[in-house]
Amino acid sequence: MKELKILAVIATLVGITYYGIEPYAHHVMHPEVKAADFTFSDLKNVDTKLAGNVTNGQVLVEANCIACHAIEKAGHPAMMPNADAAASYGVVPPDLSHAGRMYDKNYLANFIFDPVSAMHLSHKYPVGGTKTFPMPSYNWMTGQEIMDVVAYLQSISPKVKEGSEANKASFEAACGRCHSMKYGQLEATTPVDTIKTYMGATPPDLSQYIKSRGEHYLHGFINDPQVLLAGTSMPRVGLNEKAQEEVIAYMEETGDRKKAEREATGINVMIYTFIFAMLAYLWKRKIWSEVH
Amino acid sequence: MAEFKQADSLYEWFDQRLGIDKFVKVMMTEYWIPKNINFLWAMGVLLTVMFTILLVSGIFLLMYYKPDMNMAFDSVNYTIMQEVGYGWLFRHIHAVGASVVFLIIYIHMFTGIYYGSYKKGRELIWISGMLLFVLFSAEGFSGYMLPWGQMSYWAAYVITEIFGGIPVIGGDLVVWIRGNFYVSDSTLTRFFMLHVLLIPMAILGAIVVHFYALRFPHVNNEEGEFFDFDKEADKYLAGDKKGSKVVPFWPVFLSKDFFVLGFFLLFFFYLTFFHYDFAMDPVNFDKADGLKTPAHIYPEWYFLWSYEVLRGFFFEIAGVSGKSLGLIAFAIANAIFFVMPWLDRSPMVKPANQRPYFKYWFWFLIADLIVLTVYGKLPPTGANAWVGFVSSMTFLVLFIALPFITKAEAKKVGGK
Ligand code: HEC
Ligand code: HEC
Ligand code: HEM
Repeated sequence: MKELKILAVIATLVGITYYGIEPYAHHVMHPEVKAADFTFSDLKNVDTKLAGNVTNGQVLVEANCIACHAIEKAGHPAMMPNADAAASYGVVPPDLSHAGRMYDKNYLANFIFDPVSAMHLSHKYPVGGTKTFPMPSYNWMTGQEIMDVVAYLQSISPKVKEGSEANKASFEAACGRCHSMKYGQLEATTPVDTIKTYMGATPPDLSQYIKSRGEHYLHGFINDPQVLLAGTSMPRVGLNEKAQEEVIAYMEETGDRKKAEREATGINVMIYTFIFAMLAYLWKRKIWSEVH
Repeated sequence: MAEFKQADSLYEWFDQRLGIDKFVKVMMTEYWIPKNINFLWAMGVLLTVMFTILLVSGIFLLMYYKPDMNMAFDSVNYTIMQEVGYGWLFRHIHAVGASVVFLIIYIHMFTGIYYGSYKKGRELIWISGMLLFVLFSAEGFSGYMLPWGQMSYWAAYVITEIFGGIPVIGGDLVVWIRGNFYVSDSTLTRFFMLHVLLIPMAILGAIVVHFYALRFPHVNNEEGEFFDFDKEADKYLAGDKKGSKVVPFWPVFLSKDFFVLGFFLLFFFYLTFFHYDFAMDPVNFDKADGLKTPAHIYPEWYFLWSYEVLRGFFFEIAGVSGKSLGLIAFAIANAIFFVMPWLDRSPMVKPANQRPYFKYWFWFLIADLIVLTVYGKLPPTGANAWVGFVSSMTFLVLFIALPFITKAEAKKVGGK
């Protein structure tokens, strides 16, 4: 059939062009980078095999952490309003209620030992530099003590219902001190001017980042921002895989709220269009049989 | 004034006053189209439908869109995409439609070139078609700015900047187009006006001219055959439908177009719902920021080939800067298709593959345009810059050579 040949030629030319300007160009502009590492294997300061003691952990946390951090779920409200906390530390220290649930155990232990190296921010806070990170290093604690703190944080972490609720909670706890989510009516806990001074860059509103960056990029970026945006001031936050998926799911729920509706409508529209196309075909056959 | 007898039916009442019978005959049932055509002749009807779809979806968007630098982004991405019932559907249809319409325009245009449908009486069809191409380009470009995303902003910045290369008036011209020294609110509001008023009106006018220009020379056919339409039409009306070389626009020609349209819409809706990234660039979901240049700036896919011609000249030749050379080449690239009927010196109206020399020219051009399009998107560094230069030169050389190639062809075939 001649017409099918013509169609094949056009499809080939369009296919080649499409391949060049989409998958191929994308591959050139965004080269593949190393895969996300949810074991945070570069962090080795604390022996995470030690079994933590929850009671001792509680003592350590109450003595060391709640001066800065709220832990609402354990009955420790914030010491001061957000604006004051932001003014004192540069950024509002996050509520630690969900910390045990969200952060990878290895990351959390090493973060307490030395926040700057765990967050991959040594370029911003070099050893012996003038700037100091607002949260102290607890490298004076023994490995056992750090694991006690971790065990305690894990023990108080609330059970949240999977789905939207967990997704939102994870986003607020992990990103909410810096990033707003306007389309989800969430405002960053740290005021925007303060956070800019603290970070040296304004954390963008993430409402549409699921669309502008896409899931694949976010998956790698959140796991380790330095890999995709070398030198950025955004810290590695150390989420375990599940929490990270929840964060991305929340970004999709707010940024692409109509996805389910779109896909369902799409199927229906295509079915109806197919029926139209078939009817048009039969009609054409009938009409043309008279002239051929 | 003519005598009006009492009408027996509502239809007759209108017919007396509007001549419906006659009108339908002239426009539809006795508007003759050659029978010997393939689905490529359905592209014009596809384009008419696509334009209607863009118009209707655009009107819906217009009800919620806010042409203001501070509100545009959220009015599109929040209000339209999330709050308004099925607002997302209109946006997807509009944005994907604007992209797909160019695919069809290019197929339509190169069908015309392939079958030689731009010469021997069809010059005005061709020129009005090119006018539509330019108007649609302006419509696409102005529309792309409206969501006020990063790519809206920076593509507008780069493209308006091009006019700065024009000698003497360049600098002032850029400011005049933008309404400011940089791309700003005033740029957005004027592009909004162009996009929803002036250019759509001009498009409607150009469509009328295009259709009218088709009337007397008639549509070409698969073999480029010239025949007496009146004679063939009489044959058809006398009942020899199978023997006649023509068919009426309605219902015969349109029945085939609807069939092609059906399958085209299937493809279109697949893209609209499930594969829209190519038309709604992810980068454009970042709000415009005049202080933050994106790593890669590129126009929409349908401008890539001419954009690459612009970028292709990246070094000075004989004392003329690369920028100026690129600008000249870009101007030529955008204008050259208009004079296609006069560059082709061969009288042959035949499908390219039946023309001894033109066939090579045609397929060379297609290949070159694909290379230009692909490299128009890639970063212009290293070897890419040279591919760009060579393919841009090839483009120009092809058009310089066309009169000579076709002249030689005319000689070879002896004026047939
Ligand atoms: C301590 C503050 C802080 C926290 C916590 C934080 N970010 Fe960021 N983020 C930033 C800053 C600052 C930037 C801007 C970086 C730049 O421009 O270099 C940024 C940028 C980003 C970007 C844009 C990257 C790009 O390609 O431009 C994304 C996406 C992002 N953050 C996601 C997240 C997510 C998701 C979380 C929670 C899991 C999070 N961030 C937690 C400060 C933070
Ligand atoms: C002097 C105040 C201060 C004290 C004391 C403090 N922190 Fe922090 N902590 C902060 C600040 C400020 C941040 C946010 C830093 C940032 O995002 O740049 C933070 C962040 C965190 C995070 C989030 C890490 C991430 O990857 O996002 C965890 C977990 C944490 N602290 C745990 C603790 C624990 C456990 C203790 C006690 C052992 C503690 N902090 C003591 C100020 C403090
Ligand atoms: C006359 C009818 C039209 C009207 C009233 C109209 C209206 C609009 C409006 C209000 C927008 C902004 C909302 C948005 O970005 O989605 C828009 C965007 C746009 N329009 Fe149109 N439009 C019309 C025709 C066209 C045509 C014919 C084209 C094709 C060449 C076109 C191409 C675009 C493009 C590319 C965008 C940007 C889409 C996006 O990024 O989402 N428009 N139009």
